[in-house]
Amino acid sequence: MSIVTVQLGQCGNQVGQELFDVISNDTHDAQRYKPSALGKAYHVCSQERFLHESITGELSARAVLIDMEPKVITQTMATAAKSGRWKYGDQSFFCQKQGSGNNWANGFCVHGPRHEEAVGELVRREVERCDRLAGILTLMSVAGGTGSGVGTYITQCLRDAYPHSFLLNQLTWPYGTGEVIVQNYNSVLTLSHLYQCSDAILVHENDTVHRICAQLMNIKHISFSDVNKVIAHQLGSVLQPAHTAHTHSQYSRNPMGELMAGLVCHPEYRLLSVCSVPQMPSSSLAYSTFTWPGLLKPLRQMLITSTKMEEGIDWQVRAPPVGQGAAQKLSGFNTSLANLLILRGKDVSSANACGFLDPALYCPWLPAGGAFSTWRSQLPFNRYEKSATLVSNSQSLLRPLDHMVGKAWNMFASRAYVHQYTKFGITEEDFLDSFTCLEQVISSYKHL
Amino acid sequence: MTQSIVVQVGQCGNQVGCRFWDLALREHAHVNKKGIYDEALSSFFRNVDTRRNDGEGSDIAGGKIRCLKARAVLIDMEEGVVNEILQGPLRDVFDSTQLITDVSGSGNNWAVGHKMYGSAYREQIVERLRKAAEHCDCLQCFFLIHSMGGGTGSGLGSCVLNLLEEEFPDVCRFVTAVYPSAEDDVITSPYNSVLAMQELTEHADCVLPVENQSLVDIVNKIKHMAHTGKPGSVIKKDSTVISGQGGVSKSEKPFDAMNNIVANLLLNLTSSARFEGSLNMDLNEITMNLVPFPRLHYLVSSLTPLYTLADVSIPTRRLDQMFTDAFSKDHQLIRADPKNSLYLACALMVRGNVQVSDLRRNIERLKPSLPFISWNQEGWKTGLCSVPPVGHSHSLLALANNTCVKPTFIDLKDRFMRLYKKKAHLHHYLHVEGMEQGCFTEALSSLSSLIEEYSQLDATKNLLVPDAPRMNIAT
Ligand SMILES: Nc1nc2c(ncn2[C@@H]2O[C@H](COP(=O)(O)OP(=O)(O)OP(=O)(O)O)[C@@H](O)[C@H]2O)c(=O)[nH]1
Ligand SMILES: Nc1nc2c(ncn2[C@@H]2O[C@H](COP(=O)(O)OP(=O)(O)O)[C@@H](O)[C@H]2O)c(=O)[nH]1
Ligand SMILES: [Mg+2]
Ligand SMILES: [Mg+2]
Repeated sequence: MSIVTVQLGQCGNQVGQELFDVISNDTHDAQRYKPSALGKAYHVCSQERFLHESITGELSARAVLIDMEPKVITQTMATAAKSGRWKYGDQSFFCQKQGSGNNWANGFCVHGPRHEEAVGELVRREVERCDRLAGILTLMSVAGGTGSGVGTYITQCLRDAYPHSFLLNQLTWPYGTGEVIVQNYNSVLTLSHLYQCSDAILVHENDTVHRICAQLMNIKHISFSDVNKVIAHQLGSVLQPAHTAHTHSQYSRNPMGELMAGLVCHPEYRLLSVCSVPQMPSSSLAYSTFTWPGLLKPLRQMLITSTKMEEGIDWQVRAPPVGQGAAQKLSGFNTSLANLLILRGKDVSSANACGFLDPALYCPWLPAGGAFSTWRSQLPFNRYEKSATLVSNSQSLLRPLDHMVGKAWNMFASRAYVHQYTKFGITEEDFLDSFTCLEQVISSYKHL
Repeated sequence: MTQSIVVQVGQCGNQVGCRFWDLALREHAHVNKKGIYDEALSSFFRNVDTRRNDGEGSDIAGGKIRCLKARAVLIDMEEGVVNEILQGPLRDVFDSTQLITDVSGSGNNWAVGHKMYGSAYREQIVERLRKAAEHCDCLQCFFLIHSMGGGTGSGLGSCVLNLLEEEFPDVCRFVTAVYPSAEDDVITSPYNSVLAMQELTEHADCVLPVENQSLVDIVNKIKHMAHTGKPGSVIKKDSTVISGQGGVSKSEKPFDAMNNIVANLLLNLTSSARFEGSLNMDLNEITMNLVPFPRLHYLVSSLTPLYTLADVSIPTRRLDQMFTDAFSKDHQLIRADPKNSLYLACALMVRGNVQVSDLRRNIERLKPSLPFISWNQEGWKTGLCSVPPVGHSHSLLALANNTCVKPTFIDLKDRFMRLYKKKAHLHHYLHVEGMEQGCFTEALSSLSSLIEEYSQLDATKNLLVPDAPRMNIAT
């Protein structure tokens, strides 16, 4: 089963390049794993999932690169080629001369429709190269114009062209202190539209990842490449081969489908967050030892306190007794709809994940048992002897989402910048529809 | 990649433009050591095969640099400045087909430039603009450079602005406008400036006002530093924003130091569109992010550092100083105090060895001391370009949409009124065909309402504006 990745805009392309780098290194390392049969199976499965081999033996990513300006794509392709391990297909990119200027409407109403056919063709070629398609992974930011606007439009097109395939959108949310002035408008328009056509939306917040770089990875001068490496690590650990409940001795053949089935059981709730333990500088890895309980205990506390990093965890917060209504829930407690725990590394079969099964963690109206799943792989991932990644459909994105919508709504009240959008055909009513959609989502998550 | 065309009008426009071309060549030569005509160069230069002599040569797509031609149109209604350029070291960068000159000048009279020359040269200007545009495969921007105080730049320049809007409605129009200082030697400069302002307010996408007095102050500050350099704080001569060292022009003319500052402004403004970086900021992102309402498109700019010390180590503190300075009064290119006015939006365009963590740290550090309008409390736009300016390891251009432009406009209006009340020099204008008293009153009311719009926003500065009540959702 293969996954086709679509990278859009500067962020999507830069993140994608780091993702394939992590995956190709991890896959490469698997070949040295003992017992070698296991390593080989992992290697084969991962390679089929993400890469294809050309007649000359070169590995190319099953990816399509899209941007409305050429610079980022040129650089991304060159960086990949320099790795010596893998590259992007020479014909797998589409770019234009001029970006969307941080304008969602320009991306969605102009560039999207204009290049729908060319992009669709590139994706189709990549899909046809797969023996079986597991799903399509789209990488983009929500703050700019190309990733967000073109990305949203292309996701709609993919939904039409592949009605039965799984579509997972990985979104990078901007720094809350501001980096694109219209970022909240672009985010609101993107999220509200994606909510209608994507199967699941996996979010990385730049603020959170930046903090991980600073506090856990000990990086002094944090570059976008550092940030992207952390995102790539988390994404990779979700998407690399693993045994699921359904596949016992084999690697899952339907990773995207099982991810959606486990996490998105209700169409009103599609926002996924992700966190990993441990995360540390590679130089310290050799001197650290971990036990599964030592990883899973903090991870569970991170979940219920909605802390996305293994530092500054509030240990006071506890799950309420089962059966208490939402109103009585302790403030600061993060209610989940569903969780997926992915464990990778030594002695993985001995890891006890019971703590995540506790019904008190979940909203009461879902049937018990369906809310939590575990995937496992014995191989170390990305050079971590043991690691655990949690993908969660919970209230943990409520606060940043509410903040984003609130800021956009304030700006909209003064009609600032709205003329830049109406110029390309987005009306004030369209804005209002988007606000309505997201207020609904906020309200749903609030009342979990 | 996209291309941009510079249209330089009048004495000031052409002198500033000339400095821009010299420093642009210097910058590209510095980055592009192999002499290959690359995408970055193509944004402002054509690579031309001059052997095919059909007047202007034919474009060569890639390969070795043959002969670089500026994507420029030079317009002046007297010959002096343009002739000097044609005899100077930059002569090869321009073609006779890119020039429009006349002999008698506009006599510092906006009406002569705008009405008289505007109609006489209309066809010729349009033809030159179209020709320049034909050489671009994706034309993104026009950069118009002129002064506000004279006759040709302010009058004919603002007429060119209208032509650009008519002919190329989808191409972005940036105007770099040099505002006269209070002691300007042109007596009628307040008239000319106010008349031109109306055109800029109505027809430009973005205006970068630059005040001569601020340029003078910056030049003096740097010269002072250079002379009193204590040990350990010796200025690297070629690194200052007023230096043309390393360019093709060897002699230094009176305005050169000042004009180099403006040239650096344009280079830094366009750097992220020309060179790669981990967070690109294309030209169309400038208006999208910094212009919340169409008429309020005047951006106050500041450049830092003004110079680099010869001492090579760059401690973090010095990097942070660069960010601090960008908000101080004495680094602004107009006389204004953004910190004590109200920000509508602010862009930080960084070049060189600076990472996103440096940006975030400084935004968080500076934010508490900077007043932002209630609906744009996080009103920052950031860009990271990996190629630093010549002579520096890093640099910052801050662009602010800030109500601090208001005093400059009020001052201009006062000076206008002082003349207008006495009807001083009015007859020189009303003589010109097509010029009526109505032009003056209209321009004045346009300026007054612009000032009023800024005042209304300013008035919200110390108010606690509550968040807009959120939508109600039926649950
Ligand atoms: N994590 C991360 N975020 C990035 C990266 N590059 C850009 N961003 C974020 O993406 C947002 C800006 O969007 P871009 O991806 O640059 O924009 P684009 O999709 O190329 O669209 P236009 O340039 O507007 O046409 C901001 O929130 C940036 O912080 C990156 O490499 N990593
Ligand atoms: N900064 C700068 N200002 C100039 C320059 N030349 C003229 N000026 C200013 O421009 C105004 C006069 O306009 P000028 O450009 O000479 O008139 P024009 O040729 O009719 O457009 C005055 O305010 C001068 O101080 C120059 O090279 N640099
Ligand atoms: Mg982009
Ligand atoms: Mg003059």
